[in-house]
Amino acid sequence: MKRKRVGEEGRFQIFGNIIMILFSLAAVIPLVLLLISSFTDDSALVRNGYSFFPEKWSAYAYQYIFTSGNSLTRAYIMSFVLTAVGVVVGLAITTLLAYGLSKKFLPARGVITFLVVFTMLFNGDLVPTYMNYANVFKVKDTFFGLLLPGLLMNAFNVMMMKSYFVSGVPDEILEAAYIDGANEYQTFLKIAFPLAKPIVATIALFIGIGYWNDWMNGYVYLSKATHLYTIQNLLNRMMQNIQFLQQNSSTISGANTGLASIPAVSVRMAMAVCGILPIVVIYPFIQNNFVKGITLGGVKG
Amino acid sequence: MGNLSPAPLPLPFRERREKVAVIKEKKLTPAKRKALIKRSIPIYIMMLPGLIYLVINNYMPMPGIILAFKKYTAKLGIYRSPWNGLKNFTYLFSTPDAFVITRNTILYNVAFIIINLIFAVAVAIILSELTGKLKKAYQSIILLPHLLSAVIISYLVFAFLSADNGFINNSILGPLKKDPIGWYDNAKYWPFILVFVNLWKGIGYNCIIYLSTILGFDRSYYEAARIDGASKWKQITKITLPLLRPTIIMLSLMAVGRIFYSDFGLFYQVPRNSGALFPVTNTIDTYVYRALIEQGDITKSAAAGVYQSLVGFILILSANLLVRKLDPDSALF
Repeated sequence: MKRKRVGEEGRFQIFGNIIMILFSLAAVIPLVLLLISSFTDDSALVRNGYSFFPEKWSAYAYQYIFTSGNSLTRAYIMSFVLTAVGVVVGLAITTLLAYGLSKKFLPARGVITFLVVFTMLFNGDLVPTYMNYANVFKVKDTFFGLLLPGLLMNAFNVMMMKSYFVSGVPDEILEAAYIDGANEYQTFLKIAFPLAKPIVATIALFIGIGYWNDWMNGYVYLSKATHLYTIQNLLNRMMQNIQFLQQNSSTISGANTGLASIPAVSVRMAMAVCGILPIVVIYPFIQNNFVKGITLGGVKG
Repeated sequence: MGNLSPAPLPLPFRERREKVAVIKEKKLTPAKRKALIKRSIPIYIMMLPGLIYLVINNYMPMPGIILAFKKYTAKLGIYRSPWNGLKNFTYLFSTPDAFVITRNTILYNVAFIIINLIFAVAVAIILSELTGKLKKAYQSIILLPHLLSAVIISYLVFAFLSADNGFINNSILGPLKKDPIGWYDNAKYWPFILVFVNLWKGIGYNCIIYLSTILGFDRSYYEAARIDGASKWKQITKITLPLLRPTIIMLSLMAVGRIFYSDFGLFYQVPRNSGALFPVTNTIDTYVYRALIEQGDITKSAAAGVYQSLVGFILILSANLLVRKLDPDSALF
């Protein structure tokens, strides 16, 4: 009897591991193809297509990117600056609002909570949002066009953080600090904020990934200011140009002159690799926090 | 953390202690109310930046939805343009677009909900039963695609599907002596491609909640079942799945509440905005976007947007009501 059960358990372990290895391979293989393509000689790429076993290896694409002082370096720096500013500002306003909402004694707490939650249910949609930012706040073709619309703070993060303050930061400690003579700012900075570090890290991560991956703000709000492009905008623009030329190649006689402005396939792949690189590099360090965050707020997401 | 005893007071700060006590009372005398308000002011100041952002980002655009009921001219602006009744909507619904985008949005979401559910639960169950050290690694690896931007994903898909250089045409169909396929010109493949890409991107994310729920189950059920000689399959179907049912229902209801919204990046970037694919890739979100940015037809875009917001609002509200009936703790509000 016992022997049979061990056998079944063993079979399940083998079966489960095989399935998960397949899923893991499926998750990674496209990235590997991208990486290999970026190290493939361009003429081999054009001849044989994207391949896991390139005919000829080459690091030309990376040489090109890092030596020719092109738009990639600028876009890369832009992405880092945007992400850093977005995380710092977004985290600050999210944490402060959530902390306030967690104060049970606060007059009008219910009303303010409702105002926050309501934004999860109903929004002004793309057109009014666009007109508001473009016409009222004039963010078009400025850094604020990348920073402000949508990404800085969202109700979901606020509510997640609020429930952490309510359950994870005991009221008694905060009240004790207050009784000891700390003012509200000190209580927040010295006691509540350090105690909330796990959730702060998670929210910072959510905001940071949101900014790093965003292409939509640049797409909508940057029309002339291409010097403000982030890496995502740059990649997006290249893809569009290729698509445009392919769809119109029969009608445009000077297609070749247009093609010259689009970098070689391997260079495009190398740029995409650069776009993923920061995420892959920090991923091992952040994935625990990330999983925890999703679990915390998950049911409500 | 809740059972921490109150910190002992080093000195009798009587005044402050009274203020704390005041806050816990329901009925306030004017003097006490004043103390309360005085204490609340710093908190309001702390909340102010966040609230200002909500006003700018969420509340100021809201009145703009009246645009959908106006005959808009840029010169007059939203508020001074003349009213147009429901004409923008009758125009929208008289085109075949309205039906196509509604159908696409709903059908894709239904497919996503069902397929994502099956795979997420299956992966969560497998991960929860695995004993080796690799478990954690699997979970991290399958979550990775969730962190990639839509632009990057479109590059990855393009590497496989590009007509000239794509991996599938060159390295799979080529050696099989099959004709290359113009993936980006043939609409019939795309429902499958999009469902697949969505699954690939979301599986690591979707299984997390199920996995953490399963890990929270009382292990004694399983021990009892094992002693009674229940097979692994029996344990999964008779213990894990029934216990998981409330979570499955909750998450699915939440997803149904968002059935009128689509992942803009997935439907816009991954098919590379290819016109030939619009019949199967156009959703309400991409339609609103294209009408605004590519066609500059502001009222059409606004009408479709309001259509989405209103129906979406009703759906989210009803889904949440249902969830609150079933399990008040999982409700959004």
